[in-house]
Amino acid sequence: MSVHLGMPTVRPLPAADPADPLRWGPTFPDAAHETLQDGQLRANLRRATHTIRDKRLAVTAELSDWEDLRAAGSGVKQQVMATLPDLLEQLEASVTARGGVVHWARDAAEANRIVTDLVRAADAHEVVKVKSMATQEIGLNEHLAAAGIEATETDLAELIVQLAGDMPSHILVPAIHRNRDQIRDIFTGSMGDAPAGLTSEPADLAAAARAHLRARFLRADVAISGANLAVADTGTVAVVESEGNGRMCLTLPRVLITVMGIEKVLPTFTDLEVFMQLLPRSSTGERMNPYTTFWTGVTPGDGPQEFHLVLLDNGRTRALADEIGRTALHCIRCSACLNVCPVYERTGGHAYGSVYPGPIGAILTPQLLGVGAEGGLDPHDPAATLPFASSLCGACYDACPVKIDIPTALVHLRDQAQHPQGRRARPTGWSVGLGLAALSMRSGTVFRWAGRAVPLARRLLPRRVRRLPFPGSLWTSSRDLPVLPRQTFRDWFEQRPEPGAAGGQVADRQGTGGTGGTRADGEEQP
Amino acid sequence: MRIAIFATCLSDALFPQAAQATVRVLERLGHEVDVPAGQACCGQMHVNSGYQGQALPVIRNHVRAFEPVLDGEWDAVVAPSGSCVAATRHQQGMVCRRAGDERLARRAEQLAGRTYELSELLVDVLGVTDVGAWFPHRVTYHPTCHSLRMLRVGDRPTRLLRAVAGLELVDLPEADQCCGFGGTFSLKNSETSAAMVADKCANVVSTGAPYLTAGDWSCLMNISGALDRGGSGVRSLHLAEILAATREHPWRPEPEVAHVGRAAGRGAGRSAGRAEVGA
Repeated sequence: MSVHLGMPTVRPLPAADPADPLRWGPTFPDAAHETLQDGQLRANLRRATHTIRDKRLAVTAELSDWEDLRAAGSGVKQQVMATLPDLLEQLEASVTARGGVVHWARDAAEANRIVTDLVRAADAHEVVKVKSMATQEIGLNEHLAAAGIEATETDLAELIVQLAGDMPSHILVPAIHRNRDQIRDIFTGSMGDAPAGLTSEPADLAAAARAHLRARFLRADVAISGANLAVADTGTVAVVESEGNGRMCLTLPRVLITVMGIEKVLPTFTDLEVFMQLLPRSSTGERMNPYTTFWTGVTPGDGPQEFHLVLLDNGRTRALADEIGRTALHCIRCSACLNVCPVYERTGGHAYGSVYPGPIGAILTPQLLGVGAEGGLDPHDPAATLPFASSLCGACYDACPVKIDIPTALVHLRDQAQHPQGRRARPTGWSVGLGLAALSMRSGTVFRWAGRAVPLARRLLPRRVRRLPFPGSLWTSSRDLPVLPRQTFRDWFEQRPEPGAAGGQVADRQGTGGTGGTRADGEEQP
Repeated sequence: MRIAIFATCLSDALFPQAAQATVRVLERLGHEVDVPAGQACCGQMHVNSGYQGQALPVIRNHVRAFEPVLDGEWDAVVAPSGSCVAATRHQQGMVCRRAGDERLARRAEQLAGRTYELSELLVDVLGVTDVGAWFPHRVTYHPTCHSLRMLRVGDRPTRLLRAVAGLELVDLPEADQCCGFGGTFSLKNSETSAAMVADKCANVVSTGAPYLTAGDWSCLMNISGALDRGGSGVRSLHLAEILAATREHPWRPEPEVAHVGRAAGRGAGRSAGRAEVGA
């Protein structure tokens, strides 16, 4: 690609080219330290997530059976996980019967090899791509590039990310971290055929992308897609998108290769009824999805004449074995949880260091990498810090269209992350501190004595302490310490004057009143 | 009714005013309260920090302390904390079961069925919304995530607040947004937590209300700590403290220092206290 001197340059985000799409960059707290400084990003994210949040709430509130739909979606997914091996074999049989070819890939390397071989067999050096998380997860574009095959992302936002050399920062809106001026600069600097004097008006940007992509749609011989769902009993595969660029890829080229995570299979065609209602309303806040493409094997004389379905495991079977963790496999990639997450809203997607950011990424990424398993993630691995990137506020669980209990999964994976099988945990400040706390909290008597340290500290200190040295400074760098009490609750309860059998009114008359704490005369005690 | 107070570890040691106020409200309503001596903690901190093994004996102790409620020793257990009650309902059973102690899991779940957050106890069990409180101030209310989304307490706390004589309830913008506490999250991801609480504080200050209340001192500790650091002048107090306040015994803040002379006469003169200590 030529270098355009004098053109505005846009630094790729994140700055370093990731070696692993599921694990790049530092730990979550360190990555967030960087991204939290970016005021522009914070403002973009706040505006975007709040807009889509409100849209979603409006279109889900108008359905009287929304909660029933969620329950149905959750039920179907539980059924899928309980019968996954059988469903996948049924899917393979259905796809094969309709003229498609099914490939099985244990991991990213195997999937990349299968796809590369298929593209080579088609004698192609260029492919067009439909937006797909599965191919992001395996780093397919980079792998194809190394094999001399140029892959062009045709989803507008993915195209922006690709041209900028970025990683996506949102499942649905991968370029959410870029504003329109930056997009103009990216197009001008990297597109090659951007019109002169391109403005940052959305319509102009879309027109430039359309002209850029149109030529590629027409000349590409091979398209690569992911899949939103696949139906075991008919072999039907579906892509749900908003621009129509996906449909161009799914209908024009001669060869279509679809990479699908094994968890996306549904038992029957009628199950689509549930998911085609849940998905658009949860993801884009639309009542009906604009471009929904279904295809079943190969139809002679219409659309791609060669169809390959690559079924990707890449850690999913291991996640399936975990009773709580497997709920992450229920995900339909709507991104509603990202849009309501207060952590994501402030740190942005890149802080998660994975193509799967946000709450769902925090439970999916570590599992795909084998958290808790023998030989899996080290407790200090950046991906092992992801389950901790949540205040457990529960907004994600409420928003999830298939009712994934993300907070419970997070808590479970926190334990897994700290205690991987076959590895003796090294003591840390946390494990020792919490261990000591647990020792005092397993007995009312001991805890009572331990609690008295607080009033004692108050008595010993000459004045109110607002700041503490490390590690207390983690708290006091932005908050004052509370005013310490004069007495623990239990000491107060036992030492207060008898309330008497008549109950409350007596208590007040006897001077325990003054509701702000201890008795009014409490100060006079030594 | 005979009601057992589950003070929670945080309120017992750091914020006794919430549990004290709970005692006062219930006694004023004519109920008998008891504070089981064996209690310590529900185990939530350990579970949420990824140490379920350490949480197990803590949960076992909690169940031992409160299970007499199942044999009629008390009619109910109440805690001035949505978060801790949520932990008993949604966590304890799961943790015990994972550790292979099915019997303890079942006991914990039965106990959780008799354990209530304060506003639940008052509105659902005792059937009162007007508890005879008096608090002549403008107040804004933060619903706290676990009360809102795990317990679904709904409008119970605000119904209680609206019935308080003299109180003017001011809506908090973006009330349902997390304050950023999240237990050890506030330390492990302290910068993200600080960004969250900064936004919460801005919303609190925007109401113009001089008082902030909530059903959990954990969240309040976070928000009030940041409000105090920012010198906002907004005071934070637990829902129970408002409900316990009466004309005869109005709410009084905890004096900042231990010595009578220095604390005397400060009252609500928060900014004066700041200047002195911060100097």
